[in-house]
Amino acid sequence: MASDNVAAPTAETTPVGAQALAEGRQTGSKPLNIEPFDWTKALKSSGQAAFLAGVLAFFFIGMNADIAPGGLVISYRFLALLYAVMVVFFGRLLLETFIFHAAPALSRVIASVVFVLVVVGMMAYDVPGTRQLERVLVGAGLGLAVVAVVYGVARWRNNASRRTRATDTTESRLAWLGRAATIVMLLVAAALPFIITTFFGAKDRQILDVAILIMTYVMLGWGLNIVVGLAGLLDLGYVAFYAVGAYSFALLSTHFEAIGFWTALPLAGMLAAMWGLVLGFPVLRLRGDYLAIVTLAFGEIIRIVLLNWYDFTGGPNGISGIPKPTLFGLEFTRGEGGFADFFGIPYNTIHRFVYLYYIIFILALITNFVTIRLRKLPIGRAWEALREDEIACRSLGINTTNTKLTAFAIGAMFGGFAGSFFATRQGFISPESFTFIESAIILAIVVLGGLGSQIGVVIASVVMIGGIEILRNLDFLQRIFPGVDPVQYRMLIFGLAMVGIMIWKPRGLVTTREPSAVLKEKKRIGADLVAQGEGH
Amino acid sequence: MEYFVQQLINGLTLGSIYGLIAIGYTMVYGIIGMINFAHGDIFMIGSFIALATFLILTSVLGFAFLPVILLIVIIVAMLFTSAWGWSVERIAYRPLRGSFRLAPLITAIGMSIVLQNFVQITQGARVKPLPPQIQGGITLMHGQTEGGADIVVQLSYMQAIIIVTTVVLMTGFTLLINRTALGRAQRACEQDRKMAALLGVDVDRTISLTFVVGAALAAVAGFMFLLLYGVIDFYIGFLAGVKAFTAAVLGGIGSLPGAMLGGLLIGLIEVFWSGYFTVEYKDVAAFSILAIVLIFLPSGLLGKPEVEKV
Repeated sequence: MASDNVAAPTAETTPVGAQALAEGRQTGSKPLNIEPFDWTKALKSSGQAAFLAGVLAFFFIGMNADIAPGGLVISYRFLALLYAVMVVFFGRLLLETFIFHAAPALSRVIASVVFVLVVVGMMAYDVPGTRQLERVLVGAGLGLAVVAVVYGVARWRNNASRRTRATDTTESRLAWLGRAATIVMLLVAAALPFIITTFFGAKDRQILDVAILIMTYVMLGWGLNIVVGLAGLLDLGYVAFYAVGAYSFALLSTHFEAIGFWTALPLAGMLAAMWGLVLGFPVLRLRGDYLAIVTLAFGEIIRIVLLNWYDFTGGPNGISGIPKPTLFGLEFTRGEGGFADFFGIPYNTIHRFVYLYYIIFILALITNFVTIRLRKLPIGRAWEALREDEIACRSLGINTTNTKLTAFAIGAMFGGFAGSFFATRQGFISPESFTFIESAIILAIVVLGGLGSQIGVVIASVVMIGGIEILRNLDFLQRIFPGVDPVQYRMLIFGLAMVGIMIWKPRGLVTTREPSAVLKEKKRIGADLVAQGEGH
Repeated sequence: MEYFVQQLINGLTLGSIYGLIAIGYTMVYGIIGMINFAHGDIFMIGSFIALATFLILTSVLGFAFLPVILLIVIIVAMLFTSAWGWSVERIAYRPLRGSFRLAPLITAIGMSIVLQNFVQITQGARVKPLPPQIQGGITLMHGQTEGGADIVVQLSYMQAIIIVTTVVLMTGFTLLINRTALGRAQRACEQDRKMAALLGVDVDRTISLTFVVGAALAAVAGFMFLLLYGVIDFYIGFLAGVKAFTAAVLGGIGSLPGAMLGGLLIGLIEVFWSGYFTVEYKDVAAFSILAIVLIFLPSGLLGKPEVEKV
């Protein structure tokens, strides 16, 4: 070790166990590795990563067992395997130079150039002949984009490690900015259908549909935020209440002529809240991970019952012919008595979508408003106190049973509202829509957004759900990679994003929030100081 | 009576598979206190690796002697699957060590989604059928039903192989935990990670090896599952994982013999439920047991009760 950097302990001077402990103490971001960059070491670790990738991918990318006449037949894809290994090797080299070490500029340039060349070469070699030039250009673009992203991250990390604590003025400016952004977002959301129909006339239905979907997840996220973010009860079976809401409305409306969307909505919410109490009661004693796994079990039980109770729910066939919502009795149909006819405007299918958008927008706003108000009421304070410390809560005379049950019930109620909306939007529901993966997505939105943060849920929904939907529209990718359907990759990317964002920002995207109750002065608190729904 | 004995054998076979997976859950929970949600999918990965190896050995290399094939498949599946187990820990859990408790659970769910979809994309969403490879069995009992039809209680060779393999692996595993340095380090970390680190145990390495061992056992379970049912797809990991987790909880999470006992019980319950009640609701039975056990007996059958400290 050179004498001029004695002060900084490195992996060589610190015992491994102690290093693990030191890492354990700090949450999230690690400091930049101050070890100097070394080509042999970088190549070696890249080689190791590539070898590991080869081992992992050998049976999956390298070959495929498929059904053929006479049983399963194995086919080989060693070129794809080689590509995967090469991408890992040169990608790792790129990371070594930019992220893991502060390599000299020349090394960075070499690593970048090699990476881009490799990507271009792979693109050009793959299927010779067709669209060669286009493929080479896309390869270069892809490679450069990756390099640019890596460079940006390196720059950002460099600045972040140098950045000092923000002063009070920037804090208050940030707070002001946050409020302004919220208002702008709200206005944009309120005017969204008109923005879409004006600027994206050709694809307006499709885009509006995505906006409705995102808004549904925002509402679900806000609903779950009451249970997970405020009360600190980790619920992996939230989709059960979504299902109860959807089936309540579907069954009520198909069995009773008189019940439409607006009559069924409160009923569905009440039924879901009741189920929240029923499922919440037995799990009151459980905490943390155990609670998560039992709620998961309850969610699955409800789905299996829906699937097998053929006489009542229609089993796997689901329920179809669920009525559409009406506007004070006006239906969004063509012809006499419809919405367009009543107002004397030409009929357009987009009207119904705009109406649906506003329904879910207002439902989501109600969820948000209720949550914000509840946080200021004794019950909301009791939730947050419960999240922080259950034992202290009990010793201060808070009735933890009632507190937990109200959180479950109110969260479930909003899930039920969202479920009814889902049923009326789709017109058809089946148990397939209520699998565990839905619960995981909703929970991911809440946690990635930053537990307890309302605006975080919005950001996470837009990023995750909107991002997935963008994949559907990448037609150009399909032209360049024939036979590759980007939609196939959406859940893979979703999962990777979940892992990536969590490692990058374990506290979620929005990590500061206003305290609900204050003594004397208002201070923004870092999320590190807010207990994170461990249910302790 | 005969029907009962037959179901008992079937239940023990299925339970062995659940027990092997449950070990992975219980070890990881014992050492880092998290539910490794992706473990069920590691089991699925193992079954795919076993399938590919099996096909290569039989149809490409032309091996014919079954015991050798089984042995090679088990070894290859264990090796490659443990690489997956190690990588999952390294990528998704280690960076979050010491972070708040929900974070690794979220990455675990994310990892589970990643593994499922990776396999779905690379291997296709269709189920992979493998015709029964081991036929025949030992007839244990003869009898007649009330209607007069013949009923035969049979322990098929396949079931025998599954049970024997499980017993052998469990014995080896128990020795590994009780007698070797790794086992000692593993138990030390389970009791007190900080203290173990101070006494010179390489905690990171021990945790990694825990994942490796868990994945290797899950790989064998995956191969057994493939042999037993003859069909696998990318989604088998979820249900098997939840049931194995139920087994781990039932036996007392953190307890290794408990995991095996819990696995056997869950297997028996599932088989008897299907045999005497309705097949459709067999998963409901497993999930209800999970809920009931956690609510009324949170420390499981063989687990130590958790003391709540203020």
